[in-house]
Amino acid sequence: MSYVAHDESAFVPPAEVEEVELYHPKTWIGKYVWSQDAKVIAIQYGITAMAIGLVALVLSGLMRLQLGFPHTFSFIDPGTYLQFVTMHGMIMVIYLLTALFLGGFGNYLIPLMVGARDMVFPYVNMVSYWVYLFAVLLLVASFFVPGGPTGAGWTLYPPQAILEGTPGADWGILLMLVSLAFFIIGFTMGGLNYVVTVLQARTRGMTLMRLPLTVWAIFMATILALLAFPALFVSAVMMTLDQALGTSFFMPALVSQGQQLGYSGGSPVLFQHLFWFFGHPEVYIVVLPAFGIVSDLISIHARKNIFGYRMMVWAILAIGGLSFIVWAHHMYVSGMDPYFGFFFATTTLIIAVPTAIKVYNWVLTLWRGNIHLTVPMLFAIAFVFTFINGGLTGLFLGNVTVDLPLSDTMFVVAHFHMVMAVSPVLAVFGAIYHWYPKITGRMLDDTLGKIHFWVTFIGTYAIYYPMHYLGILGVPRRYYAVQNLDFVPQSAHDLNVAITIAALIVAAAQVVFLYNLVHSYFKGKPSGPNPWRATTLEWQTPETPPKHGNFGPQLPVVYRWAYDYSVPGAPEDFIPQNQPPARKPA
Amino acid sequence: MTITLLVLAAIMAVIVWWLLRQTVNVSPWVEQQSIGDGHDAGAVPLHPVKLGLGVFLAVATSLFVLLISAYFMRMMATDWIDLTVPRGLWLNTGALILASVAMQSSVAAARRGQGDAVRIGLMAAGGFSFLFLLGQLWAWQQLNAAGYYATANPANAFFYLLTAMHGLHLLGGLYVWCRTTAKVWRGIEVAKVRLSVELCTVYWHFLLLVWLVLFALLSYPTPFALHR
Repeated sequence: MSYVAHDESAFVPPAEVEEVELYHPKTWIGKYVWSQDAKVIAIQYGITAMAIGLVALVLSGLMRLQLGFPHTFSFIDPGTYLQFVTMHGMIMVIYLLTALFLGGFGNYLIPLMVGARDMVFPYVNMVSYWVYLFAVLLLVASFFVPGGPTGAGWTLYPPQAILEGTPGADWGILLMLVSLAFFIIGFTMGGLNYVVTVLQARTRGMTLMRLPLTVWAIFMATILALLAFPALFVSAVMMTLDQALGTSFFMPALVSQGQQLGYSGGSPVLFQHLFWFFGHPEVYIVVLPAFGIVSDLISIHARKNIFGYRMMVWAILAIGGLSFIVWAHHMYVSGMDPYFGFFFATTTLIIAVPTAIKVYNWVLTLWRGNIHLTVPMLFAIAFVFTFINGGLTGLFLGNVTVDLPLSDTMFVVAHFHMVMAVSPVLAVFGAIYHWYPKITGRMLDDTLGKIHFWVTFIGTYAIYYPMHYLGILGVPRRYYAVQNLDFVPQSAHDLNVAITIAALIVAAAQVVFLYNLVHSYFKGKPSGPNPWRATTLEWQTPETPPKHGNFGPQLPVVYRWAYDYSVPGAPEDFIPQNQPPARKPA
Repeated sequence: MTITLLVLAAIMAVIVWWLLRQTVNVSPWVEQQSIGDGHDAGAVPLHPVKLGLGVFLAVATSLFVLLISAYFMRMMATDWIDLTVPRGLWLNTGALILASVAMQSSVAAARRGQGDAVRIGLMAAGGFSFLFLLGQLWAWQQLNAAGYYATANPANAFFYLLTAMHGLHLLGGLYVWCRTTAKVWRGIEVAKVRLSVELCTVYWHFLLLVWLVLFALLSYPTPFALHR
């Protein structure tokens, strides 16, 4: 039997984008500060997002102290409490999760996973980060202006957001709105890069259907963000004008503290429409990347191809499309037409279908897989658990009749924390434990990782499970203190104490994580290029961490999809995407 | 929000439809089968910068459509008093149309490789655009002098807001125009600026279209306010 050498490149289509000259920095500052390398920008995004996220974590600790032990802390008054609530929510949703998933993981993983040397517009990418940093600094500045940051709630509903009596109604809200506008401008610059890079800079052989699901998910989330963020931009600009110039876009005629104000006829509900037109896709902007990352983590650490890859891609597309027609389910109590509510309840329930498809596929991927309970895998499985829990309470709140009594109670807080706070954060942790070896060349400490995981996982359940009961009792959210109410028994107060203790423990566990990040950077076990034995291109780079240009002199050529794990007959239990097909007998 | 919904649903439908078309009948798990077949799967036959501009125009469309939605929804309130737009806006519109025409002639010249004609086209386009912006400021002046303050009525506020948003987008375009014109002025060969000129032209046509829609809505709001 004779083998004829088969020219592999005969299978491979020509490059779709010609090689471009990379920008080569000459100085240390050009390399690490004003960097145009997506990997450095990703780390800049990541560190900034985590730093501001820590502020939000501290704020949540302070909120919990107040709720668990009311009237104990003299430095928390009703005004500061509302400021904590507002800044915690806004920072976590926008400045941490959106920035970390898209700016952080998007920048790091897209070029590496699609086999590109960098983003297609590196300069714009760099500007994107610096505009984001400026937005964060404006936000931080609002803590130090007279009156402090805004206390309007993260939804910033007018009229109260800009009226006397709400904390930060002068400077705080103004800085918040301007900061959001800058965030959106910065994000748009980054988003253009992510979309065009996925579409145009894929290496030879990397067809759309060979993309890892992480890239698919970040791609779709970016499209959602590009189309949805303008709604926030428009509402921020209009509210700024209402606040600073006295126009009446959102402000109705009203009497404030005995004085007739100059506003007339504006529509607070108009703001709600605009805000939630952004706000609901925002949920998926945060959750879709988590979906993608978890799909890859589960497949890699169960040594099994993802179940229903095509269905997973279509589910991402369907969720993306549907997420634009569910926004008014956040507004059931705004006095809207019942038929309108019926429409939005229906679309909300429909969106559960593609989401459920994804959950089934994760479970079926695990089914009879060779499951390695590594730290990233633990976080990925925990994500699936938590997302199901949060998703199920979403079915409660998506129905108008069930939503009305639960609206503005702790039940809502429990629901959205489960579904779009804890779940994505678990995915973030899983992703960091998974890709840290590629970013630094060293493994994170396993024992510390497991401690971090179990405390965080069990702790978040100790926090949010009881909150559902508080919500069903009718305990309202955003209240500084709940006292002398007949329907709130003593046991609810005891529960609040327990929740606070759990929250503080979980917060402390994050210190272990931070210590692990820093310690392992210097002292961690060297990881080698591909510690998880994964197929995707980022693990096949010649150097770890990858150098500027990612792939050495030759870009990789892709011959297969990203999920060739445990292929029968293959010598190893994974086949990298750039491994040529076996030579065929003639 | 109906308008927003329709337009964005259309954009999303195009995106999802295109992506679906790329993904049906593909079996990525089958080794080799799609290596050759995957040839054109997902390649957008456009220069990356052009695609980037396309994505940006989608974002800008979203922004203007949302503003227009807000305009209609706010119009339903009882305190709305239509504003009479200054007649000078017709002149401004003419200037913007001429700017677009000049851009088009410039890009045509660039395709033929005629450097002088490119330069003249670009200069004319820039000149007419600045004229348009000055005209818009003059219109603001007139409205203000006639007592149409932004705070007096939401119709006025929307007039200032919509024209300002459009003007800012045009200013952003003029920044790119400056860089392109500077290159042409320094005598860089036509082939090297052709892409920039093409991008400017597409952007100018887009902004002209947006302006025509805004001008129509601002001048004749009543027929559009269905619920009033």
